[in-house]
Amino acid sequence: MDYFKEYDLIIVGAGHAGCEAALASARMGTATLLLTLNLDTIAQMSCNPAIGGLAKGQIVKEIDALGGEMGQNIDKTGIQFRMLNTKKGPAVHSPRAQADKKEYQFAMRQVLETQEGLDVIQAMTTNILVDGKRAMGVISQTGMCYKAGAVILTTGTFLSGLIHIGEISFPGGRGGELPAVGLSDNLRELGFEMKRLKTGTPPRLNGRTIDYSKLQAQPGDDLPLPFSHKTSRITQEQLPCFITYTNPATHQIIRESLDRSPLYTGRIKGVGPRYCPSIEDKVVRFSEKERHQVYLEPEGRETTEVYANGLATSLPEDVQIRFLEAIPGLEKARMIRPGYAIEYDFAPPTQIKPTLETKLIENLYFAGQINGTSGYEEAAAQGIMAGINAVLKLRGQGPFILDRSEAYIGVLIDDLVTKGVNEPYRMFTSRAEYRLLLRQDNADARLMSYGYRFGLVSEQAYLRLQARESQVEQEINRLESTRLNPHQTKALGIELKEPISLVQLLRRPEVNYHDLDKIGQNGRHLSPLVCTEIETRIKYEGYIKRQMVQVERFKKLEGRIIPPDLDYDQITGLSCEGREKMGRIRPLSLGQAARIPGLRSADISVLLIHLERFRRKKSE
Amino acid sequence: MFFDDTIAAISTPLGEGGIGIVRLSGHEAIAIAEEIFRGKGIVSSLPSHTIHYGRIIDPTANKTLDQVLLTVMRAPRTYTKEDVVEINGHGGIVALRSILELTLRLGARLAEPGEFTRRAFLNGRIDLSQAEAVIDLIRAQTEAGAMVALHHIEGDLFREVSSVREELINILAEVEASIDFPEEDLDFWEGSELLSRIIAVKERLAGLVETARYGRIIREGISTVIIGRPNVGKSSLLNALLGEDRAIVTPIPGTTRDTIEEAINLRGIPLRVIDTAGLRPGGDIVEKEGLRRTKRSLEQADLVLLILDASVQLTPDDREIISEVKERKGIVVLNKTDCPVLIEAEEVKSLLPEHKLINISAIHRSGLDNLREAIIQTVLGGEIIASDSLMVSNIRHQQALSAAIKSLKEAVATVEAGGSPELIALDLREAMDQASLISGETVTEDILDHIFANFCIGK
Repeated sequence: MDYFKEYDLIIVGAGHAGCEAALASARMGTATLLLTLNLDTIAQMSCNPAIGGLAKGQIVKEIDALGGEMGQNIDKTGIQFRMLNTKKGPAVHSPRAQADKKEYQFAMRQVLETQEGLDVIQAMTTNILVDGKRAMGVISQTGMCYKAGAVILTTGTFLSGLIHIGEISFPGGRGGELPAVGLSDNLRELGFEMKRLKTGTPPRLNGRTIDYSKLQAQPGDDLPLPFSHKTSRITQEQLPCFITYTNPATHQIIRESLDRSPLYTGRIKGVGPRYCPSIEDKVVRFSEKERHQVYLEPEGRETTEVYANGLATSLPEDVQIRFLEAIPGLEKARMIRPGYAIEYDFAPPTQIKPTLETKLIENLYFAGQINGTSGYEEAAAQGIMAGINAVLKLRGQGPFILDRSEAYIGVLIDDLVTKGVNEPYRMFTSRAEYRLLLRQDNADARLMSYGYRFGLVSEQAYLRLQARESQVEQEINRLESTRLNPHQTKALGIELKEPISLVQLLRRPEVNYHDLDKIGQNGRHLSPLVCTEIETRIKYEGYIKRQMVQVERFKKLEGRIIPPDLDYDQITGLSCEGREKMGRIRPLSLGQAARIPGLRSADISVLLIHLERFRRKKSE
Repeated sequence: MFFDDTIAAISTPLGEGGIGIVRLSGHEAIAIAEEIFRGKGIVSSLPSHTIHYGRIIDPTANKTLDQVLLTVMRAPRTYTKEDVVEINGHGGIVALRSILELTLRLGARLAEPGEFTRRAFLNGRIDLSQAEAVIDLIRAQTEAGAMVALHHIEGDLFREVSSVREELINILAEVEASIDFPEEDLDFWEGSELLSRIIAVKERLAGLVETARYGRIIREGISTVIIGRPNVGKSSLLNALLGEDRAIVTPIPGTTRDTIEEAINLRGIPLRVIDTAGLRPGGDIVEKEGLRRTKRSLEQADLVLLILDASVQLTPDDREIISEVKERKGIVVLNKTDCPVLIEAEEVKSLLPEHKLINISAIHRSGLDNLREAIIQTVLGGEIIASDSLMVSNIRHQQALSAAIKSLKEAVATVEAGGSPELIALDLREAMDQASLISGETVTEDILDHIFANFCIGK
């Protein structure tokens, strides 16, 4: 049966990717339908109750600058805010917040439900409706047929999800939830290659049974900074996290039970993330370590549930209970949900274009964990990008692709579509070549103009950004033109021989912007974000210039566009390997082609000659 | 790969006499030439398409490298349609290389195989119908380049660069781990150990620049050993090549009891020729010591010249020596071909199928040109490897090593100034990128692999 209403865009899945995709689409004026397995688990955090962290915090700020919801939602519902890495330079400062898990969900659900132009319906999607090689809508388990111009799949870990706890395994999409069955078979039938990945979660505890008196508390920052440009201040009360450690006794219990872990008996076939190993993995692989850190993170204000970060496991329940008892502070802790491992299907992402549209089926997009990524932030980033691109395509407009020098989001998608994944993909700052430019303090300056152009960021916010940027410029000008005589810096304990400018003073590692106050030079009261940007630009001027030179070189290759419909079989002189690789990846530019793993530079030269030949033939 | 920077290369095959051309193309070509050329007038004011006599000087050392003819050709009426400068030198390969290295130091980039032609095509200089030919050229030259790369993969240079790169990955992985996992107590970068490790890597690379194969060839020459049983004419050959009587030549077997070393300049390629005591099993104590030294020279040689007496049949001693040199890169020289030839040349060929056979008469100085040609061909790879590819890829390595050292110096300065790890990482990464140019591997995944393999990461 056909649903009475036809949509422009359907999003399947209401996790972090699905929510951003749906909101971007609806806010751009597109008739949008969001389908979810369960209305009560919208924007659920399947794993730890936190948003942000290294590189991920930058991604949240990028999503926010583009007009996404994640930043504002965590600002509303966070219970602890910290800036990480403050001992290091501002380029790698990353914001992170603990979330009230339920509140986060309710807040996001409310945003979705009140969004003009967006319908949210509970249904299990089993089939993609395809006309020839073009997506037309989806069919639900109950036979309802929803039609639309384009479809985005954001299915998370739900595709044929299989949960493992000790010797037991059963189908599930998340602890206590059903998997999505049927859809991955349907994708295989449509011609997609599907593979399997694995991830895991730790046990959850009742906080009332934890002896916090033995543990080290970790409070939030005194001055919590918001993620979103729409949030002026974080005002809610913050809760602490607690730190404890495993010990040789814990490890002994784990070691004795390895024969009951599905990771070690070979029952788990999917590849797990190396950066998020299970506790049994850590104990085996790093046997020389006598202890491993455990972060106890509250799951919310209205619950005593605590997430035992660092103890991801698929050991049997009884073993989990016993090893917890051997950890200081947790001797009497009650486990209220066991940790588990989950295997799920994903579609290797070399099957999608940089717009996240599949190469096989037009107007079908994949975003989030279905592309082999892990993490809420990585998922949300793909969600907003897929949403924007699907709308642009429906309107007949050009694609929106961020490059590696503009955003972590650009690094993320380029890595996925060019290199594929071997394990769940997580962002690290070390993946970004131009890390010093991709900072959390300049995300708005880098990306907000795009969000504004798509109508996702208000004019007011955009004007505010421009005012802020000119404030930065003016202040830097002032710092450059103001000169100090040697006697003026004595209050800072600095002995000078000659006069210097304020900029030169700020370049000294021991001087920060606020120190200028002590010598009566902080002329204006500026916001923390502006101060950070000024300080960063001055202190890292030389390094930033070096990165700019690198970016300039990079842009030249990115600017050499390859036609997407190029027939590589017709190009003589390519090596077989080069032909196969480029034919499969279909790079959009020479720069992207050069990043294909194992591609030889001679093949790129040959391609270059052919592109020139095509260009000349065309102009003849 | 870039499109509009300035490229440079030695654009004549080596070994074709002492004259050669260093060609520059790109918008910096004229400015670079101006810095190093001293003649009548300054380069930027010379009329296009004119030739000028002068000297090339190294401006920092203020030293003359060669006397040259310099041709200035301004865009667009040039081969690449860019500004082109050609420097005709006649000081041989050593001088040409010095000129090339100088241009690279002043901002030119070493051209990739076929790049002048590729630019000519991309800039519309070459007709569309010739595109296939351009592609063939790129392919052919790259394959020759790949052969060279393979040579290096087996070589000491590659092994050492690989091991240096491995240590750089270790260091970088620690720095990166401290950035990406701030809550895991991995703050290695704070210690002074980091500094000493970076300095150690820098020293190793500096040592490499010194000992890299090309450097040794240029500075010390190609180590060439003349070998054969007594009295086949080894010393006569050396004398013939030297063009003067250097070693004592007598008809009494065993006159040359020690190794003798001479330097020969073979069309710009320096050859260090070691004349050895005749290899003769048995003999007196002095001969035994000579034999030991001969074997050691043989082991260290880049090139072996095996001399056989063509006027007699192969002796058991000859056969033993043939088996000694079987695995070595070398040439078989049949001497005394002015006498009636009795040697079983076909058999020698079948015993040493990889070696060239050259007929000479050292006494009459005949066949020497063929021998010189064969030496150059063998050393530079002859028909398999285009003669400049070997040198080019060596210069490429040198450029990469020097750039890596420069980045490491900056890393040291950053550490000493108390810079934070993301800045140290920027310098280290540049050094690693350069090292990777030699070993041909990519970096990012390696670092992550290393972090996950060595540090217990993850909550």
